[in-house]
Amino acid sequence: MTSFAKPSINLKNAKRNKLGLTRRDYEGAMSTLCAGCGHDSVTACMAKAFFELSIEPHRAVKVSGIGCSSKTTAYFLSEAHGNNTVHGRMPSVATGAAAANTELTYIGVSGDGDSLSIGLGQFAHAIRRNVNMLYVLENNGVYGLTKGQFSASSDIGSRSKKGEENLSPPIDPVSLGLSLGATFVARGFSGDRAQLVPLIKAGLKHNGFALIDIVSPCVSFNDHKGSTKSYAHTFQYYHPAVHADYVPMADDIKTSYEDGEAVPVELHDGGMIMLRKLDKDYDPQDRAAAYAQVAKRAAKGEIITGLLYVDESQKDMAAMNKMTATPLNALPYESLCPGAASLADLQNRYR
Amino acid sequence: MNAPDGWKHQNAVPPTDTAEPDYFHKVVDCQWACPAHTPVPGYIRLIAQGRFSDAYMLNRQSNVFPGILGRVCDRPCEPACRRDRVEDEPVAICRLKRVAADHKDDITDRLPKKPAKTNGKRIALIGAGPASFTVANDLAPFGYECTIFERFGEPGGLMRTNIPAFRLPEKVLSEELGYILDMGVELKLNSPVSSMKALLDEGYDAVFVGTGAPKGKELNLPGRDQSENIHIGIDWLESVAFEHTKAIGKKVLIIGVGNTAMDCCRTSLRLGADNVKVMARKPRAFFKASAWELEDAEAENVEIIVNHSPKEFVVDNGVLKGMLFETLEYVLDEKGNITKQTVTGEVVIECDDVVLAIGQDNAFPWIERDAGLEFGKWDMPLVDEVTFQSTREEVFFGGDAAFGPKNIIWAVEHGHQAAISIHQYCQQKLVTTRLPNGVKLAPTKMGMFEWSFSNSFDAAERRIMPHVELAKRFKDLGTEVELGFTAEQAATEVERCLNCDMQTVFNAPLCTECDACVDICPVECLTMTEPAAENVLREALEIPASNTEQALYVSPALPLTSRVMIKDENICLHCGLCAERCPTAAWDMQESEIIINHVEDMVPGASS
Ligand SMILES: Cc1cc2nc3c(=O)[nH]c(=O)nc-3n(C[C@H](O)[C@H](O)[C@H](O)COP(=O)(O)OP(=O)(O)OC[C@H]3O[C@@H](n4cnc5c(N)ncnc54)[C@H](O)[C@@H]3O)c2cc1C
Ligand SMILES: Cc1ncc(C[n+]2csc(CCOP(=O)(O)OP(=O)(O)O)c2C)c(N)n1
Ligand code: SF4
Ligand code: SF4
Ligand code: SF4
Ligand SMILES: [Mg+2]
Repeated sequence: MTSFAKPSINLKNAKRNKLGLTRRDYEGAMSTLCAGCGHDSVTACMAKAFFELSIEPHRAVKVSGIGCSSKTTAYFLSEAHGNNTVHGRMPSVATGAAAANTELTYIGVSGDGDSLSIGLGQFAHAIRRNVNMLYVLENNGVYGLTKGQFSASSDIGSRSKKGEENLSPPIDPVSLGLSLGATFVARGFSGDRAQLVPLIKAGLKHNGFALIDIVSPCVSFNDHKGSTKSYAHTFQYYHPAVHADYVPMADDIKTSYEDGEAVPVELHDGGMIMLRKLDKDYDPQDRAAAYAQVAKRAAKGEIITGLLYVDESQKDMAAMNKMTATPLNALPYESLCPGAASLADLQNRYR
Repeated sequence: MNAPDGWKHQNAVPPTDTAEPDYFHKVVDCQWACPAHTPVPGYIRLIAQGRFSDAYMLNRQSNVFPGILGRVCDRPCEPACRRDRVEDEPVAICRLKRVAADHKDDITDRLPKKPAKTNGKRIALIGAGPASFTVANDLAPFGYECTIFERFGEPGGLMRTNIPAFRLPEKVLSEELGYILDMGVELKLNSPVSSMKALLDEGYDAVFVGTGAPKGKELNLPGRDQSENIHIGIDWLESVAFEHTKAIGKKVLIIGVGNTAMDCCRTSLRLGADNVKVMARKPRAFFKASAWELEDAEAENVEIIVNHSPKEFVVDNGVLKGMLFETLEYVLDEKGNITKQTVTGEVVIECDDVVLAIGQDNAFPWIERDAGLEFGKWDMPLVDEVTFQSTREEVFFGGDAAFGPKNIIWAVEHGHQAAISIHQYCQQKLVTTRLPNGVKLAPTKMGMFEWSFSNSFDAAERRIMPHVELAKRFKDLGTEVELGFTAEQAATEVERCLNCDMQTVFNAPLCTECDACVDICPVECLTMTEPAAENVLREALEIPASNTEQALYVSPALPLTSRVMIKDENICLHCGLCAERCPTAAWDMQESEIIINHVEDMVPGASS
């Protein structure tokens, strides 16, 4: 029989994480995307990051909008919770879920169309609220699912498959995130997993909204000559500025870094993000400077990547709103639904 | 991406040359491990399609005796099988060969006929074992007049005289020897060659010595000459095979724990023994017998006793009473090597008969030392390891006679090589001139998600060979213990084969470096990384390529980043998912045919 199913196989020499699971235990259904799509690489990196962090798959929540990118939540962590929402509406669903249970790990997966066109308002407000989630924006410059119309991230002068030129200026999710006060702003490339996997891990461990804009080429509609989101173009203009590694609390950090080479950023869980500047002048802890650098590189046509800005000192949504740390489903019924008398009490306070 | 110039290229591994014929051959682990290089996955696919006769014929080209070898081959292919490394147990390659042999149609029409006329070259073959028969098989179809001289009244060598019929039925043996005799080979039975010089004087164009290693090793301990009930294993098995010996005592001790010992103990049980002990000097890890032979013997309630060293035969008035052993203790180091042995005591174990199964030696009393053949160490003739030629140019050796006792499949391979030499020699060509091995590749892509082979990984476990029940198998010597796979078992077992000959062929200039192949690979054996030394590359894989006996494929520089694509050949499932997922067909699955040459490939216009 010929087939196209990735077989499950009990490999003799498979690596196992702290939970005793293999990387393959973090996979999902077989992808139905086009062969060679960047989104599939991001999916693989996601599985790998969760595997390496030894996160129990059923303690994760995947939410997405609509698009090829948004479909990918089905292709990793099959044991996790998940919801494919409506086009551009993933942030509100994620916000609601994060409010109901602060103990789970939240991952939003979206596309440039989903986040920057129809969903731009929702996207902006999730950043503002600092929802504690990893937000992955798989950016291919087109609406892949609907066959390749230019999206809002398409660069001026980039050409469609049929040769048409894009004239509108792009919305850059990184600059947007920086200007909206995002506390973790990164850019990756589906073709560089050595950079992307640690970024995802750091993003998952960041307290607050972690945005990773990932250049993720669409092989079918935007991988031709003249496109600025093709594999070839990205490989050529790709510029890693800051490398980030997540180091868990238990590990001895000193062994892998030489003095002065890396800047540690302490995290809420006791772990660290180790920042390694590849660009000497770049300061990922200075928002204004970061914004300027990103703009400067963009003007030169370069694609600056890495953990471009991080600030661990800000309160996330739960802290800002003094939300309960106990998941709502774990609260006793009486405190969750204190009854008509309590409601009347509350209303009276505003009269 | 980092500039390629920043990479340290000094010790970087150069791109793999997959055109080198051994590269893809080695990937087909079973075929590589088989001394005769039987194209295993190819014949397994034919069995899967129910094409048993085709599977048989494909086998026969390389191993000549599929029915025999499908039952008793030493099967070096199985420990080498990739499946063993991937999860648990190898494909039952050997017993699938038997499926082809048992279920084939009459194939006599497909065998070479006796040629209408000979080429006038006369070849004498001494000994009617598998080595001589293979030489005859390869030469007779091309007009060589082959005459086999055998000292016994039956052909087959040790396959007849020593491998018991409950493992190898007489009918199977005779059928496959018959195919070769029918090609016009003359067999002279009861014709021991007692003088090499005399034979050479008869003016043969070439002589092949396939007389095996016919001498069983002695154990000269006190009491050895005082009883008739102490036997030399291979002589005893031979006398059982020729029905000169029909019984043995109730209590039997077998000395030695190799494959001969296993045949001796199981044969004893069929001749009336009911308490058989195999006595081993060393612990189990040092046993020479194959795991499956030990398993089969123990299933018949043979007791294997370790750490006993024989010291004396206990004989009372010409009656064997037992045997005296020293009991031993061993100290092993981390690697399992013995560093010390201590004698802890002595013990007499009672018995009625003792069978000595401690090895075989070569013996050439019939070759005069002035016959023009040089002898070297251990009184063995000097034989070239490639051409099998002796120091007398028209005399060739093969099988156990060449370099000491091995097994049938080695005897066959020696036979093939000696036949090529004899052909070259008789055609006045250099025997050292031999055709190189080759590899042919053919596409397998049939359409979207469709390959010409069964690419899906089947997680089924190895099928267990059904055996005749214990109560029934000891009635006579000839009851074959293994029943052969059922149709259902065969259908499952063939799907376990990973089709390692379906090669992953990489075309670097087509790669867009999209990672799709890396992500889809179910065993994580691919990656793209910067060029480096081999040990660094081996560590770059998600699951490090730690088995250095298996090749690491390294591509030429990739077009966009100058990185290299690497692949650990160790555990690739040949599932084709990388090729299926690749948007540009940079990875492709191609069927490899490993070209191994026989005499027919050296005769112009003869190759089929
Ligand atoms: C007990 C036992 C079990 C074995 N089991 C297996 C097994 O399961 N699988 C396996 O692969 N191998 C097995 N072997 C080994 C295998 O049988 C031999 O390696 C193989 O038969 C060697 O083939 P050959 O052609 O070199 O010689 P042989 O098979 O030894 O044939 C040599 C022939 O030459 C004849 N001969 C000798 N001298 C003369 C002479 N001067 N004139 C005329 N004829 C002569 C002999 O009578 C004999 O017929 C076993 C061996 C033994 C002893
Ligand atoms: C409300 C609504 N409007 C329009 C669409 C059609 N639609 C489906 S996917 C998509 C764009 C997706 O683009 P992007 O988020 O970049 O995903 P990609 O496929 O490129 O990964 C659009 C416009 C829709 N499904 N729902
Ligand atoms: S899996 Fe099949 S082809 Fe591969 S080594 Fe085993 S028997 Fe040979
Ligand atoms: S055939 Fe390709 S995908 Fe399948 S195991 Fe081998 S390298 Fe991996
Ligand atoms: S799938 Fe094909 S194009 Fe993509 S990286 Fe692999 S070989 Fe290259
Ligand atoms: Mg898109």
